[in-house]
Amino acid sequence: MTTIAPSVARTQPKTAAGRVRKRLSGRVASLIAVVIALLWTTPTFGLFLSSFRPEDDIKQTGWWTFFSNPQLTLENYREVLFGSSSSSGRLASFLINSVVITIPSVLFPLALATFAAYALSWTRFRGRDWVYIGIFALQVVPLQMALVPLLSFFSQGVEVFGITLMPAWNLEGSGQFIQVWFAHTCFALPLGVFLIHNFMSELPGELMEAARVDGATHGTILRKVVLPLVAPALAAFGIFQFLWVWNDLLVALIFSGGTAETAPMTVRLAQMAGTRGNEWQRLTSGAFVSMIIPLIVFLSMQRYFVRGLLAGSVKG
Amino acid sequence: MDFFFDFAAEAPKLLQLLVGVVVFLAFVGLMLLLLDRAPMKERSWGHSLLLLGPALVLLAIGLVVPGIRTTLLSFMSGDSSQFVGLDNYIWMFTQPESITVLRNTLIWVLLVPSLVTAIGLVYAVVVDKSRFESIAKSLVFLPMAISFVGAGIIWRFVYAYRPEDANQIGLLNQFVVWLGGEPQQWLQSAPTNTLFLIVVMVWIQAGFATVVLSAAIKGIPAEIVEAARLDGASPLQMFFRVTLPSIRPALVVVLVTQSIGTLKLFDIVRTMTGGQFDTSVIANEMYNQAFRYGEAGKGAALAVFLFVLVTPIVVYQIRSLRQRREA
Repeated sequence: MTTIAPSVARTQPKTAAGRVRKRLSGRVASLIAVVIALLWTTPTFGLFLSSFRPEDDIKQTGWWTFFSNPQLTLENYREVLFGSSSSSGRLASFLINSVVITIPSVLFPLALATFAAYALSWTRFRGRDWVYIGIFALQVVPLQMALVPLLSFFSQGVEVFGITLMPAWNLEGSGQFIQVWFAHTCFALPLGVFLIHNFMSELPGELMEAARVDGATHGTILRKVVLPLVAPALAAFGIFQFLWVWNDLLVALIFSGGTAETAPMTVRLAQMAGTRGNEWQRLTSGAFVSMIIPLIVFLSMQRYFVRGLLAGSVKG
Repeated sequence: MDFFFDFAAEAPKLLQLLVGVVVFLAFVGLMLLLLDRAPMKERSWGHSLLLLGPALVLLAIGLVVPGIRTTLLSFMSGDSSQFVGLDNYIWMFTQPESITVLRNTLIWVLLVPSLVTAIGLVYAVVVDKSRFESIAKSLVFLPMAISFVGAGIIWRFVYAYRPEDANQIGLLNQFVVWLGGEPQQWLQSAPTNTLFLIVVMVWIQAGFATVVLSAAIKGIPAEIVEAARLDGASPLQMFFRVTLPSIRPALVVVLVTQSIGTLKLFDIVRTMTGGQFDTSVIANEMYNQAFRYGEAGKGAALAVFLFVLVTPIVVYQIRSLRQRREA
C-alpha cells in the first residue's frame, strides 16, 4: 500500500454554489467510504468478538449484546486447539499440517520458477518465446481438469501400452505430504514463471554482458547478479503462493486425505462447518486460528504483495 | 476439559518436512553445480535445458498430460471402462439438476466481476487523496488474506438463523427483526441463496479491485486532470470523461481475473451450503461427480466445459501480452 497521499493543494471553487456543491460531494464521498469500510469490517469483527465469548452466550445472544454484558473467555480456543473429545477441533494437529504443507509448497515453485524465468530471459535458444507463451497459456487449464488424472498418477503410476514406466507411489501417513507438495508446485508454476519473468527480463542487458565478459557462468550470474535484483518479485510471488496454499481447500481435500495425519486446517474447518454447523464456539475460534498467520504475513509484507499484484496484472 | 496434544504423533510430520526441504535444497545445489561446470557459450542448449527442464517436466506431469487425459475421460462412462461418446455432455445440458448448476455459474460470472469492479472503483475514487487513504484501503483489502473457508464461516455467522421467538445471533436477521420483519433462512431458499453466497465472494475480492484501480487512478497524468479542471469539468464529468477512459486497461485486468476466478470457484459453495438448496456451481458439481459419486466421466465433462469457458479469456490475455512484447 502506498504511503498516505500528499495533501494536494486543491483550487477552491470561486462561486458560493460551487463551494456548496464541492462540500456536498465531499460529504457523500465520505459517507460512501464509511459505509463500505463498515460493511467490510463488521462481519470479521463480530466473529472475532464472538470467539472470546462463553459458549452459552454465543449460542443464545447476538455478539452485539456483548457491550451490555461483557464476558470474555479463552476456553473456546483451548477447546478447539487441544480438546480431547472427538467433536472438538483438535486444530493444533491440523495447524502443524498446514505449516508442513505450506513451506515446501512455497519454496519449491519459487526456486523452479526462478530457474525457468532465468532461462527464458537470459539464455538464448530457438523457440524461446513460444515456450514462454506456452507456459503462460497453461494458466488456462483449470485445476479441476488436472485433479483426477494427477491423483491416479500417484495411486496407479504410469503405464503405457502395458509397460510400467513408473510404479505407483503408494504414499501413506506423512508421506502423503509429498503428493500435496507436488500438486501445489505444478499448479503454481505458470503464474510463478510469468511473474518472475516479467521482472527479470527488464533488467539491463549490459549487466549480464559485463558479468559474462568477466568470465561468470550462468550459475554465478543468477546467484550474484540477478537474484538480489529480483528479490521484490520473489517476495511478491512467495506471499501470493503462501496465501494460496494456506487458504486452499480443493487441492488439500483431494491429495491429503481427510485425517489429522496430513490434512490442513481448511479441510478440518470445512468439516466442522458441515457436520457441526451450529457449534459456533468452535467455528468462531477455529476460523480465527486459521486466519491469524496469513493476516500477520499479509500485514507485514503488504507492500511486496501489492507490488507483485500490480506487476502481474497491470503491467502484464 | 482435558488437554489432548500428542507430541509423538507430530514428530513424523516435522521430520517429513525436514527431509523434503533438505532433498530439494540438495537438488537445487546440484543444478547450480552443473550450471557452473558447463562451459559458457553464446548459444547453449545445455544451460537452457538444465534451467527449464524441471519446470517443464512438472508442467507436463501436472497440467498438460492430465488436461489431455481429462478430455479423453469426458467421453467415457463413469468408471472409465466404456466409450460413451457425447453422453456426458448431453447429460450436462439436458438434466434439470445440471442445468441448475450451469445457471448458477452464469449468475456468478455475470455478477461477481461487475460488482467487484464497481465497488472497488467507487471505493478507490472516494478514498483517493483522503487523509485515511492507506488505512481505508487496508481495511477493504484485508479479506484477501482470509481463506474462502474462513470467509464462509464469517458470513454463515452473519446469516445465522434462530426461530422468531428466540434471540437472533446472526446480524442480518437481527436487522430484519429490528425493522419488524420475520427472520429468514437466507441460505436455504433458492434462488436468492446464490445471491447471498455471491456477497461473500464480492466481499473477499473487492479489495483486489480497489488496490489495482487505485494505482491506476494515481497513474493518470496530472496535466490531463488539471486541464479538465481548468475547463470547468464537474466531478461527475471528470469521472466519466477523464478517469474512466484513462484506467480502462486496469478495469479490463480486474474484470478478466475476476471472471476466471469466479468460474473456478469452489470453496465458498462447499463451506456454506455444500451445493445443497440449488446453489451448486460447476467446480463443486465436478468435485461431487468425480470424487463422491464415482462418476469420473461426468466430472471430466464438467471440467472440460470449464476449460472451454476460460479459454477465450486467456486467449485475449495472450494476445494483449504479445502486442505489448512487440511494441
